[in-house]
Amino acid sequence: MSDPTVADTRRLNSKPQDLTDAYGPPSNFLEIDVYDPQTIGVGRNRFTTYEVRMRTNLPIFKLKDSVVRRRYSDFEWLKNELERDSKIVVPPLPGKALKRQLPFRGDEGIFEESFIEERRVGLEQFINRLAGHPLAQNERCLHMFLQDESIDRNYIPGKVRNLPKGT
Amino acid sequence: MSFFSFGQSAEIDVVLTDAETRKKAEHKTEDGKKDKYFLFYDGETVSGKINITLKNPGKRLEHQGIKIEFVGQIELYYDRGNHHEFVSLVKDLARPGELTQSQTFDFEFTHVEKPYETYTGQNVKLRYFLRATVSRRLNDISKEMDIVVHTLSTYPELNSSIKMEVGIEDCLHIEFEYNKSKYHLKDVIVGKIYFLLVRIKIKHMEIDIIKRETTGTGPSVYHENDTIAKYEIMDGAPVRGESIPIRLFLAGYEMTPTMRDINKKFSVRYYLNLVLIDEEERRYFKQQEITLWRKGDVVRKSMSSQATIGAQRFEGSASSESALEKAAREDSG
Repeated sequence: MSDPTVADTRRLNSKPQDLTDAYGPPSNFLEIDVYDPQTIGVGRNRFTTYEVRMRTNLPIFKLKDSVVRRRYSDFEWLKNELERDSKIVVPPLPGKALKRQLPFRGDEGIFEESFIEERRVGLEQFINRLAGHPLAQNERCLHMFLQDESIDRNYIPGKVRNLPKGT
Repeated sequence: MSFFSFGQSAEIDVVLTDAETRKKAEHKTEDGKKDKYFLFYDGETVSGKINITLKNPGKRLEHQGIKIEFVGQIELYYDRGNHHEFVSLVKDLARPGELTQSQTFDFEFTHVEKPYETYTGQNVKLRYFLRATVSRRLNDISKEMDIVVHTLSTYPELNSSIKMEVGIEDCLHIEFEYNKSKYHLKDVIVGKIYFLLVRIKIKHMEIDIIKRETTGTGPSVYHENDTIAKYEIMDGAPVRGESIPIRLFLAGYEMTPTMRDINKKFSVRYYLNLVLIDEEERRYFKQQEITLWRKGDVVRKSMSSQATIGAQRFEGSASSESALEKAAREDSG
């Protein structure tokens, strides 16, 4: 029946898929929004914070829904921590805009609305790319950045322990 | 070619005995051009004749000897001066003397060993050729004719499948399977990818065939990777428990058999690279070596008609005609 000159291209046997797996929600949901920029303080001591909201069903994150406030230098801190401790190539942050911080500008400098919006978009792209990386998810600094109310710069860097199976 | 000779010069032409019947094979040369060459296998006799045609008829051609060589050699591009000859046969056709007119010389290299396949790669070249030389005091006249050699194998006795479970802890676990580990050049890779755990957002999955040419030994080993094929097998995000089939036909790609440590000079190996790409363009991959081999063409002739054709040579005509008819009817049955 099987002609030796015609190759056997039949599929290999595979287990039938469980219907709950087939129609269940994918266990890879991760969305982070960076929004609501607020400029706090007066004069020279002003700075802008952004709300960082994370929604996920990945078991490695303790909270499935978390909201924190972060400023640009916090994002910089996170980038530096990961570049030092993990083997990943960290995505780029939006620019530091040092020029905008010089005096005698015609506009609001780093508090210019269009600039803040540009920076917000860049920060959102940065944190989404980073949080989805499996190796970044192992680092405690990422979890602290996303889910702790404030960043403890004196923390002990390290890896997140694996959660028990079944979570 | 010397334009300053007031003396005699000649052209050499190499013609094979079976030039009419022998098959030709296409081969890509170093500059990327495809050409056809006579195809030979290990053990076959290489025979023919060389025609030496004098440029100026009437004038004599003095020479220090006429010979023909059959050479198999490996040439490393970074070391062009040194040719490593692994086959070198010579036949002297004429002792030093002179040719008064154009002449033909027969030659035969019987049952020549051709252990390796002809190969032209990124950093190395293996070739077989005939070289006819008319030696002279100042400058020799020579002509080279390249041939192509294919090495054939048969179905391997042991050909286990490749089956493995790989992944990133708590993030992505897959089980992949390919039906064989040794494939011939016109074979089909049949396999599947089974997703045990998917916690990343996969955009698509592909299988690449990578050719790796390794030249040099010891401290100066040089690898040249070339992606021969990229074949997308899945588009979109899979979930746990999904099984993606693979059916990759190799005949469409330009590949050679796997060559391992040829004359201790170079290797050509092939790898299947399974690549998953997520929505952030991160690539997750697993490479696996496969062995490629060349299958001989199937010759469909029944034993009875073969024997009859053989017998015809020794018998007369009338009886063999009817015998051939009978054999033809048997064959088509």
